[in-house]
Amino acid sequence: MSATTAGRARGLPHEARAAALLLAPGLAAILVLFIVPIIAAFFLSLTDFDIYSLGDAENTRLIGLKNYANLLRDPLLWKAMRNTALFLFVGGPLTMGIGLIAALLVNSKLARAKGVFRTIFFAPYVTTLVAVAVVFRYLYHPRFGLIDRGLALLGIPPIDWLGDPRWAMPAIILLAVWKNFGYSTLLLVAGLQSIPESLYEAARMDGAGGWQLFRRITLPLLSPTLLFLGVITTIGYFQFFAEPYVMTDGGKPLNATLSVGLLMYKSGFRWWNMGYGAAVAFVLFLVVLGLTSIQLKLQGRQDA
Amino acid sequence: MKKILLHAALGLIAVVSLIPLVWMVSASLMPSGEASEFPPPFFPSKPTFVHYGELFSRLSLGRAALNSFVVAVLGTAGVLLLNSMAGYAFAKLRFRGRDKLFRALLAALVIPAPVAILPLFLMLRSVGLVNTYVGAAAPTLAGIIGIFLVRQFARAIPDDLLNAARLEGASEFRIYRTIVLPLLSPVLATLGIITFLGTWNEFVWPLVVLTDESRYTLPVALANLVGEHSADIELMMAGAVLTVLPVLVLFLLLQRQYVEGITIGGVKE
Repeated sequence: MSATTAGRARGLPHEARAAALLLAPGLAAILVLFIVPIIAAFFLSLTDFDIYSLGDAENTRLIGLKNYANLLRDPLLWKAMRNTALFLFVGGPLTMGIGLIAALLVNSKLARAKGVFRTIFFAPYVTTLVAVAVVFRYLYHPRFGLIDRGLALLGIPPIDWLGDPRWAMPAIILLAVWKNFGYSTLLLVAGLQSIPESLYEAARMDGAGGWQLFRRITLPLLSPTLLFLGVITTIGYFQFFAEPYVMTDGGKPLNATLSVGLLMYKSGFRWWNMGYGAAVAFVLFLVVLGLTSIQLKLQGRQDA
Repeated sequence: MKKILLHAALGLIAVVSLIPLVWMVSASLMPSGEASEFPPPFFPSKPTFVHYGELFSRLSLGRAALNSFVVAVLGTAGVLLLNSMAGYAFAKLRFRGRDKLFRALLAALVIPAPVAILPLFLMLRSVGLVNTYVGAAAPTLAGIIGIFLVRQFARAIPDDLLNAARLEGASEFRIYRTIVLPLLSPVLATLGIITFLGTWNEFVWPLVVLTDESRYTLPVALANLVGEHSADIELMMAGAVLTVLPVLVLFLLLQRQYVEGITIGGVKE
């Protein structure tokens, strides 16, 4: 780096002052409303903060890692982890897979009214989750729900989607796929459009077939978008909360739809064991961090 | 033949995407009890707006709609101000540690927001902001993605323009206000719509921080209603329409700006 560019990078004093003033409000908001609470969550998780502490903070004691020790023995945590993992590892790939199929269809040269289809596919994504969860609660009704009526036309006997512990998670996953696949489609169509047509032409001249074009050109060039979607989906799906809150009255039947987010909410705000709830929150944080860094590492290896 | 199959597949996905929303509207217009008849009709025999009337008169969902609107406007206005300043500073002003600071912000994006909820509730409680509009909008103000969006956009502002203003003696804040802000308006429209819809749709935080029924936003009021009136399908669907319709209409009106913001965030970097 030459002397002049080094000087420029450091900046002029008045520019630095202006930057400090312009950055201060935004960074202060992020610090106070996000970073500090995250750090505080860790310290809170080391205490027995409960309803008595709400009355008087004097009633709080440091108990070290006891919340974590109790948490790891709590069958509710393992149930919630299992459900959340199911939601993420089944719902995530389904959402992105259907999103990819829809993107390939919309992006096909033969397709008409592309814009209209893209808008329709994306409409569920912008809707309010709570509201569509209420809608699906009735669509899943075993007697007058449209979904079982549709299955009846195919000769399939009615399923008690939200009442049967075996079907409650699949029902919630289907809602998430319906709501979110359009987001994947939108990003993947943008990704597809950035692939130069000349690449396909050259490969076709070399005699490559449709599947080979997809495997050798489309998929590798989409991989940054797919990685981004994977990370976003991991972070978002791991927090799922509103669906069981609204559709299964907070995790019924038999906690078959209890999620980690819901367990945190219940521990903290229903049972007022805020120290314990903070420990749940931190476990959620660590798992998300682990999963996203695995994804980034895998991508790094692929690029190398 | 290939073309027909392609459009059949596209049509199928479109129908599946739309049916739940169409049924929601249709059931909200049915007379009480019709949606739970057997077999259930898809369209109302005699469309009626009686459930919407009930939402506003007896159930005060009008108040919840107003609350949602105020919280979303507060959050959006705050984000536009804070993020336009910060995004511009990151894009155009040179200072030590700029890139490191920006990368640290981006890294913070992977932290799941719910982790902050319990302490944030206790903090806001200690300063009396629980059950207030400001309290409900607070986490929106800590948004990071907007700084990223504005920075991407602001990088295209020519340095010459800023330097010319500096030579004429304009202060840095004046440059931001009179030159930069107008140039940023397209990206601010994008950020505004994304933030407004996000805040309107938010559920966990308002559920926690708004403890008084008269302060509930629409999603919280609706979730509360399901607990009490779950047998009243037509009424519940009217409530769902009231919650979803404003965001759907806003999305259709400002679709270009919204989609732009979503794809910038996703495709670049």
